Amino acid sequence: MTHGAVEEIASSVLCYHCGDRVGNRGVQFDDKSFCCSGCRSVYEILRAGDLCTYYALSSAPGSAPSDAPRGRFTFLDDQEIRRRMLDFSDGTTATVTLSIPSLHCSSCIWLLESLHKIDSGILHSRVDFLRKQVLIRFDEQRTSLRRIVELVADLGYEPELGLDEARERTKNADTTRSLYYKIGIAGFSFANIMLFSFPEYLSGGALGPELKRIFGLLNLGLALPVFAYSASDYFRSAVTGVRRRMLNIDVPIALGLMIVFLRSVVEILAETGPGYFDSMTGLVLFLLVGRVFQSKTYDGLNFERTYASYFPLAVTVRRNDTEQMTPVSRLAVGDRMVIRHGEIVPADAVLMEGIGRIDYAFVTGESAPVEVPAGKVVYAGGRQVGGVVEMEVVKEVSQGYLTHLWREFPSSGEREARWTTYANTVGKYFTYGVLLIALFVAAYWLPRDIGTALDAVTGVLIVACPCALALATPFAYGTAMRILGRHGLYLKRAGVVESLARVDTVVFDKTGTIAHAGSSRPVFVGAPLAPGELQSIVTLAAQSGHPLSRWLAVNLDAAPAGTALGFREHAGEGIEGQVGTHGVCLGSPAFVARMTGESCGDQGDPGASHVVVAVDGVVRGYFAIGNQYREGLAGLISRLRKRYELSLLSGDNDSERQRLRGIFGDQADLRFHQSPSDKVAAVQALQRLGKKVMMIGDGLNDGAALNRSDVGVAIAERPGAFSPAADAILDGGRLADLRAFLDFTRSVRVVVLAAFLISLIYNFAGFTFAARGVLSPLIAAILMPLSSITVVAWSTLLTRFMAHRKGLL
Amino acid sequence: MSVVVVLIGLSMLVAGGFLLAFLWAVRTGQFDDRYTPSVRILLDDHPAAESISETTIDKDQDGK
Repeated sequence: MTHGAVEEIASSVLCYHCGDRVGNRGVQFDDKSFCCSGCRSVYEILRAGDLCTYYALSSAPGSAPSDAPRGRFTFLDDQEIRRRMLDFSDGTTATVTLSIPSLHCSSCIWLLESLHKIDSGILHSRVDFLRKQVLIRFDEQRTSLRRIVELVADLGYEPELGLDEARERTKNADTTRSLYYKIGIAGFSFANIMLFSFPEYLSGGALGPELKRIFGLLNLGLALPVFAYSASDYFRSAVTGVRRRMLNIDVPIALGLMIVFLRSVVEILAETGPGYFDSMTGLVLFLLVGRVFQSKTYDGLNFERTYASYFPLAVTVRRNDTEQMTPVSRLAVGDRMVIRHGEIVPADAVLMEGIGRIDYAFVTGESAPVEVPAGKVVYAGGRQVGGVVEMEVVKEVSQGYLTHLWREFPSSGEREARWTTYANTVGKYFTYGVLLIALFVAAYWLPRDIGTALDAVTGVLIVACPCALALATPFAYGTAMRILGRHGLYLKRAGVVESLARVDTVVFDKTGTIAHAGSSRPVFVGAPLAPGELQSIVTLAAQSGHPLSRWLAVNLDAAPAGTALGFREHAGEGIEGQVGTHGVCLGSPAFVARMTGESCGDQGDPGASHVVVAVDGVVRGYFAIGNQYREGLAGLISRLRKRYELSLLSGDNDSERQRLRGIFGDQADLRFHQSPSDKVAAVQALQRLGKKVMMIGDGLNDGAALNRSDVGVAIAERPGAFSPAADAILDGGRLADLRAFLDFTRSVRVVVLAAFLISLIYNFAGFTFAARGVLSPLIAAILMPLSSITVVAWSTLLTRFMAHRKGLL
Repeated sequence: MSVVVVLIGLSMLVAGGFLLAFLWAVRTGQFDDRYTPSVRILLDDHPAAESISETTIDKDQDGK
C-alpha cells in the first residue's frame, strides 16, 4: 500500500526522508532523492514494513540515522546493563522506556507506535510526546533490548540511553498523581461544604437545630480527609522547618490549619457554631492549585546531566584478541580499551597503540585536539579524533578527575536550601508578628472573659494563616516561568526566577556559549587561489572525516568538481590526493611541511586553528578558522555592563583576548586557560565577596561551575540538545535577550513584594475582627477566599503586564 | 425535613461517584500525558494496541 499518491513533496532537491538539501552525497532510490544513504536505508526499512504512511502524515518527517558503527549497542546484551535499563521484566515480557530527543512530529508518533510491524517481538509501543519518550513492551523470547534499540536508531531516532532512570520516573509520576488526588479531594470537599454552609449563612438563624447538626457533621466528615490527607505536605514541611530551626512559610500555614480545624470540631460537637470548615478547605484547595501552577516542568528537557551522561555506557575491551563491549562500570585497572574515532575515553588510561589526538573540549573547553604519544596518560572525558587507538585503564571510572570534581559540589537539592526565598523570610517575621499579636490579645482578654479570650486568640491565629502570602510566589513565578519558556529560557523550577532577580554578577564561558566555533566564513591567508584550485580543495576536503576538513568543504564558496583520485587521509593530520589536474595537500602545518618538504612559514597567532594548503607541491597559505561570536553579543554585553559585573572564564587559549577586551570593556575580568576546577574557584571567589553569581556555560567543563554558582544557565543550540546539569537552559539564539530576561525577573520580584503587602492588609483587616472576638464564620468565609483571589489575580496579571512592558509578551 | 435529608444523602452519593471517577482516572494514568492522545486520535492507520479487539486490526499479522 505504498502511498504512490504521495507526490514529490517539495522541490526535488530536498531529501524525501529528512528534508535536508540533497548535496553531493545525495542518492536516488525508488524515484526519490535522499540526502545520504542513511536516509535511504530508513526509507527502505519503512517500505519493506509497509509503513510509508510515515511520509504521508507530514512531509519529510525523518532525521538521518547516525553513521556510527552498528555494533555500538552490543553492550545492551549484557545482563547487568539490561537489568538497569528495563522498567520491568518477568522473564517473558519486558518493558523499557527510551528517551528519544529527535522526536518532533506526528509522523514520529505514528512510526514509533507502529514498530510492531517491523519487529514482531514488539508487543506494544506508546509515545509520550512532551517527554520525548517511547514506552515499549516486548516479548523477550522473540526480540531483545539490543535489537529494539538498534531498530529505533536505524530509523533515525537515536535514543539517549541511561541507567537506573526507571525509578526516578516512577517517583515523579507518583508525586504528580498524589498532587492530583489531593486537589480532587480538596475541591470536592470545598464545594460541598460551601453548599452545606450556605443555609446557615443565608437563613439568618432560622435554620432548625436538627438540620444544623446534620450539616455540621457532614462538614466535619468532608473536612477530615482534607485536613489529614490533602494538607499533609504542609504539616510535614512545617515540622521539618521547625526541626531545622528555620521558620518557613509553611509553619504559620500549618499552625492556622490546625487551630481552625480544632476550633471547628469543638464548635460543631458542642453545637455552639457552624465552624470554619469552608474557609479551611478553600484555603487548602487554593494552596494546592498554586502548587500545581508552580510545578510546570519541561519534561522534554533534562536539567540533571552529570559527567556520567557524557560518558558512553560501554566501551570495547580487548581480551585475548577478542573484542567485547564491556559496561563502563565494570572496567578494571589493566583492561585494554579500543577507542575509535569520535569515541570518548571513559576512564583515565595510558595510550598503548596508535596516534592519540585527544579533543578535551568536554573537560577543558580547549577546542584544538592534543597529540598524545604512546605511553602517556589520557584523561577521562577526552574524545579521540582520527584513527583507532588502544589504551590501558589506569584508574577506575569512579576515581577519575571529572568524577571527583563533580562530587565535590553540592547537588541541586542541597543548593535549594542555600536560598532562603522571600516568601520564607517574610513568613518568618510574619510568624513572630502573629504570635506577638496573639499574646497581646490573650493578655487583654484573659482577665476580662475567658470565653472571648479563647475566641479571640484562635480567631487571630486563623485569619493570620498567610495563604495569600503563600500564593503570591507560585502564581507570579509560575507565570514568569511560562513567559520565559516561550522565549527560549527554560527554568528548572519556578523558584529560579527569584534567583535570577538577585544576580549581580554574570560569568560567561567562551566556546559554545558566546562563541560558536565553526560557523564563520573561512579566511584564506596567502596568495589568492584560482577558482579551479579552490574547487579541487573542496573536492578533497569533502573526502575527509576530520571536522576541520568537513567544515571547509561545507563553507568554502565553491562546488566540488571531479573526483579525488588516490587520496590518502592521515588520521588527525591531513589529507592529500590528486583532483583533476591538481595535486592537493591539506592539513596541519607539520603534515604539509612533511609532504612538500617546504616550511609553512609564519602562522600568525598560534591560537587559531589553521588548515595549511599546498597545491602541486607548493605551499599556498592557510585557512584561518577563528571564533565567531553570537549575533548581538556586543550589544548584550554593553547593556549588561551598566548593571552587572561581568567576567569571562575560557578554557581556551588567549588568542582572542584583544577582541574580547574590546567587547567586554576594561572592567571585566577575562581569564583564559581555565580548567574546570579553576572555573569553580573563580565562581567561589566571587561568592566570597558576597556576589550572587550567574554562570553561563555549555559544556561538561563548565558543569561543576554551573553547579556551584547561584544560578547556572546551560546554553543549548536547540531545546532538548545535550547540556550539563543546570538551573536553567537557554536557547543559544536567545542569548542576546538575556538583559531583558533579567530585567523581567527583577520586575516580577517587585510584583511579589507588592502582593505580600496586599495580603498583609487583608490579614490586618482580619485581625480587627478577630482581636475583638467577633470573627464569625461568615466573615472568615468572605475574607479568606477574597484575599486569595486578589493576590492570585494581582500576581498573574501584573506579571503578564510586566512581561508586556519588557516586550516579552 | 426528612425529604431534605434524603436528597442530601443522594446528592452526596452522586458527587462521591464523580470523585471516585476522577481518582480512578488519575490512578490509571489518564492525566500523565495530556498531549499525545490529541495527536494520536488524528492518525488514521492507527497501530494495533494489544487491548484493541481484532476488528480494528487491519491486515496486521502480528496483532494477535
